[in-house]
Amino acid sequence: MKKLDSKIPPGPIAEKWSKYRSTMPLVAPHNKLRMEVIVVGTGLAGASAAATLGELGYNVKCFTFHDSPRRAHSIAAQGGINAAKNYRNDGDSVFRLFYDTIKGGDYRAREANVHRLAEVSGNIIDQCVAQGVPFAREYGGLLDTRSFGGTQVQRTFYAAGQTGQQLLLGAYSALSRQISLGSVKMYNRHEMLDLVIIDGKARGIIARNLISGKLERHGAHAVVLATGGYGNVYYLSTNAMGSNVSAAWQVHRRGAYFANPCFCQIHPTCIPVSGDYQSKLTLMSESLRNDGRVWIPKNIEDVQAIRAGKLKPTDLGEDSRDYYLERIYPAFGNLVPRDVASRAAKYVTDEGRGVGSSGLAVYLDFSTNLMRYGRSVATSKNQDNASDSQIYQWGKEVIQNKYGNLFEMYEKITGEDPYKTPMRIYPAIHYTMGGLWVDYNLQTSIPGLFALGESNFSDHGANRLGASALMQGLADGYFVIPYTIGTYMADEIRTPKIDTSAKEFEQTEKEVEARINLLLNIKGNRSVESYHRELGVDIMWQYCGMARNEPGLLKARDLVRKLRDDFWKNVYVSGTADEYNPELEKALRVADFMELAELMIVDALTREESCGGHFREEYQEEGGETKRDDENFMYVAAWEFKGVGNEPELHKEELKYEEIKIAARNYK
Amino acid sequence: MAHDEISLTLKVWRQKGPNKSGNFETHSVKINTHMSFLEMLDVLNEQLIMQKKEPVAFEHDCREGICGSCSLVINGRPHGPMQGTTTCQLHMRHFQDGETIYIEPYRAKAFPVIKDLVVDRSAFDRIIQSGGYVSVNTGGVPDGNAIAIEMITAKRAFEAATCIGCGACVAACPNASAMLFTSAKVSQLSLLPQGRQEANQRVLNMVTQMDNEGFGLCSNVGACEAECPKGISLDNIAIMNREYIGASFISRRLANK
Amino acid sequence: MKWLVNFLTSSLGRKVIMSLTGLFLCTFLVVHMIGNLKLFADSDGHKFNEYAEFMATNPLIKTVSYGLYFFIILHAVQGLLIYASNRAAVGGGRRYAGKQVAPTEARAAARNMAMLGTLILAFLLLHMWQFWFKAKFGGLAVEGDLFNEVKIAFAEPWVVIVYLLGLVALAMHLLHGFQSAFQTLGLNHPKYTPLIKGLGWAYSILVPLGFATMPIYFYVMAFNG
Repeated sequence: MKKLDSKIPPGPIAEKWSKYRSTMPLVAPHNKLRMEVIVVGTGLAGASAAATLGELGYNVKCFTFHDSPRRAHSIAAQGGINAAKNYRNDGDSVFRLFYDTIKGGDYRAREANVHRLAEVSGNIIDQCVAQGVPFAREYGGLLDTRSFGGTQVQRTFYAAGQTGQQLLLGAYSALSRQISLGSVKMYNRHEMLDLVIIDGKARGIIARNLISGKLERHGAHAVVLATGGYGNVYYLSTNAMGSNVSAAWQVHRRGAYFANPCFCQIHPTCIPVSGDYQSKLTLMSESLRNDGRVWIPKNIEDVQAIRAGKLKPTDLGEDSRDYYLERIYPAFGNLVPRDVASRAAKYVTDEGRGVGSSGLAVYLDFSTNLMRYGRSVATSKNQDNASDSQIYQWGKEVIQNKYGNLFEMYEKITGEDPYKTPMRIYPAIHYTMGGLWVDYNLQTSIPGLFALGESNFSDHGANRLGASALMQGLADGYFVIPYTIGTYMADEIRTPKIDTSAKEFEQTEKEVEARINLLLNIKGNRSVESYHRELGVDIMWQYCGMARNEPGLLKARDLVRKLRDDFWKNVYVSGTADEYNPELEKALRVADFMELAELMIVDALTREESCGGHFREEYQEEGGETKRDDENFMYVAAWEFKGVGNEPELHKEELKYEEIKIAARNYK
Repeated sequence: MAHDEISLTLKVWRQKGPNKSGNFETHSVKINTHMSFLEMLDVLNEQLIMQKKEPVAFEHDCREGICGSCSLVINGRPHGPMQGTTTCQLHMRHFQDGETIYIEPYRAKAFPVIKDLVVDRSAFDRIIQSGGYVSVNTGGVPDGNAIAIEMITAKRAFEAATCIGCGACVAACPNASAMLFTSAKVSQLSLLPQGRQEANQRVLNMVTQMDNEGFGLCSNVGACEAECPKGISLDNIAIMNREYIGASFISRRLANK
Repeated sequence: MKWLVNFLTSSLGRKVIMSLTGLFLCTFLVVHMIGNLKLFADSDGHKFNEYAEFMATNPLIKTVSYGLYFFIILHAVQGLLIYASNRAAVGGGRRYAGKQVAPTEARAAARNMAMLGTLILAFLLLHMWQFWFKAKFGGLAVEGDLFNEVKIAFAEPWVVIVYLLGLVALAMHLLHGFQSAFQTLGLNHPKYTPLIKGLGWAYSILVPLGFATMPIYFYVMAFNG
């Protein structure tokens, strides 16, 4: 068994990064000009990495399956980005952000990485402002911040409900600049289908030109993956339709370890499923919990009346409502971390008190704060005798300024006006904390292969705090990989340009071609979509979702294997390999999800504890809180691929907490 | 839930490739009114696949109105009949039982059709590459709060920056002009102090690139603003015009680039 | 001077030419209308003929009028060239089979500026042939009496109808063109743009209306004998 070396630099935690950064090997500018780097993915991590590596002088080739780098799913992040700026003077600090992230991650993240993340968080805000990212500002012209779950300070910077969009467009603009300067060559509509390894090092990729269908070989001294998470294994998630695990899965098949695959985040505030035709779920930003109060009716009779349409939620008085988050977690109230809020929603709906036609929804109600804001405006206008409707109107304007686009989005989808009636929300898969195992340099277990952003596992442990994904993606891309890639590249300065006619490229390309032909030639009777839905909705969400148990997981593993066998016998993929063929793209992705699903189940089975987003029903405290087993499971589970259907091999990276005292997570 | 079911006749544009001629194909679907427009197309494609026919190619990704991938001209209007709505957010409750719906790709010389309803919008990327950025490298920038920005200015810049690059403005414009798209970026960056430094060369270069891509001229019709799913304002076009005239006649620059 | 060539050949520069020439023509229209109101000054047209004589002989006016002819041609030619560019940008032919169009301000006018402009140009040619050409190169019924020519022309019902249609086209063209010119020049402001739009509406209705009084008045006079 290979020992995992996380390459954490020595020294006190607050000095690790700065010291390491000053002593790590460098690549001289003239050498950078001769070296090539492939970056796959153009989300926050990929675009920022490609742009910054280009600025440094590397020859970057950047790949996206989208028609433009700007479409990456980072664009959909709504709420904000954390940074330990302490502009509010509310006691924030690098240490506090570090601590909150470790605690929020239920003590399953690597301390050194998280501290580095907190250290560079402030630089990200500065960088984005300099790029022209229009963050929200206060009347004095300085940056505004708001609260997010799992913290007691206001450190979340935002741009209305479109922070991800604004940050991504900032990174996209930096990338566009490098493209125009010639240091980045952009390959739009190219999907990476495999990794090429020469002498044990990542030396290139096989990519499919999605327009012509041709397979292309691209060589480089190093390959950087920033390909996002795998939430779409559940079919219904808040991920974009195209989000997939394929790049990460293919490198896993080639030897990169996959860490903590069972750590998936279920976001508490999504628009509930409305029917079986549904193709995806829509998130309602966590920032809404700043002003929205979560409740369900106290009495089951009211629940039934509401479901039957005989009673409106607004008819229920305060006494008949159960603001259960405020009741159970008075210290954090509606702003408990996502896993806690999601599970609480599950419990109350399991009790049969859920609303909506399916009973799988709870209310998110803005009326209290709307009226409070309205009264505050009335006071500031010296209108103490303003009518209720006037106060409502003023309050509505305040809410509109803060969350207008989210409210519109909700109304478009549901046809209900959330200013008048509370939103209906329910948890949904949103983010995956697990991902490719990386060391402190963000290098995977394959030398020369790096993984950034959501595609790696490193910073969020078993649960990610809100507004931290944007922070991590940009930290990795702007401020970590540009340094740490040097530790690898410094030893590669003598390596000539990678020859793509090498036999390894030829061999890998042949394997990809064979796989494509295999899929096209099955010519069975079921659509790719139907397999994906069955895998996600009927198996993974059912048995490996919000709550998991051993018999369910065992059953799920069996079901996944059967479904996978059936897929390879009976799927129908239309069209040919040498044309624009979205069905083929989808089939390749679903095929990889089928394999990943089994690994997730195996990981969930092996982790006999509950922590963060991973909730094993066998391991819970009184009252349904997670019950961690620090003695036996305080490790990162890094899985090695041993062939489809074979038992993967587990490598454990023990987690050592030197700075933070481990405790039960308590948000009460 | 029977009253939520409706039947529709779809006239869908099919085209094999960029230089092939295309035609309308007629299909009927039975769908639920709670579906989104794209979910309705999913239903159609599932039908086609079951009949071993080729599914309709259309672009989509986030399905929550922010990535800008989805397009389509529905009954003559980009993103369909609802204002401020992308196709993926358009729900079928806005259509009547028995209705016939025309579904076409965006049509503009600068947006060639790739297949069926998919068009090539890479011209937008090239416009951004010609100057839609602030020339700062990573690191070495001042503190985020070093420069205060008036709230109303920050808000205007933000509103311009919410463009999703979907291209509906071009598809809606009777001249296939890309002024709204280009001006949104120009005005976002020219409003902010960070972008001011290279405002002159930016507007000159971006307009040149826009012209080279073969987009039409702006007649101030306002169809772009009316169809923009993000409500990007025509004011941005005025700002770009002002910037361009200023950069041409007042700035000391003698030529582009 | 490369910068100036760049400007004038760019899409924005070409539109700026349209807007500046258009606004110049707008001022001309006001002057022309006010001057022509002299038609109503007396019943024998003495004052009007005096005015016409002044306009045709004053050296300053003559110089300006050459500028005017140039701007009319520039506005028309540039407009037609822009129309051709725009057709090419759309890809030519019929664009969408779907019939709906976005609701926008002054939709019919804004979408048909080239067509309206062409109609106005045709009308203008007729108008100039009837009065300007004859006055300059001979052919008036009574030499030196333009007033008499107006009386004769507007006694014909078809002339009156053509003039009124021409003025409707002009009104529509102005309705969009007036405020559009300011937008093209980048003169946009939340406080003043509504004023410009209001002024544009008033202008586009009042000026053509002012012109319309003339054929109608003379037709009614002729009709009543």
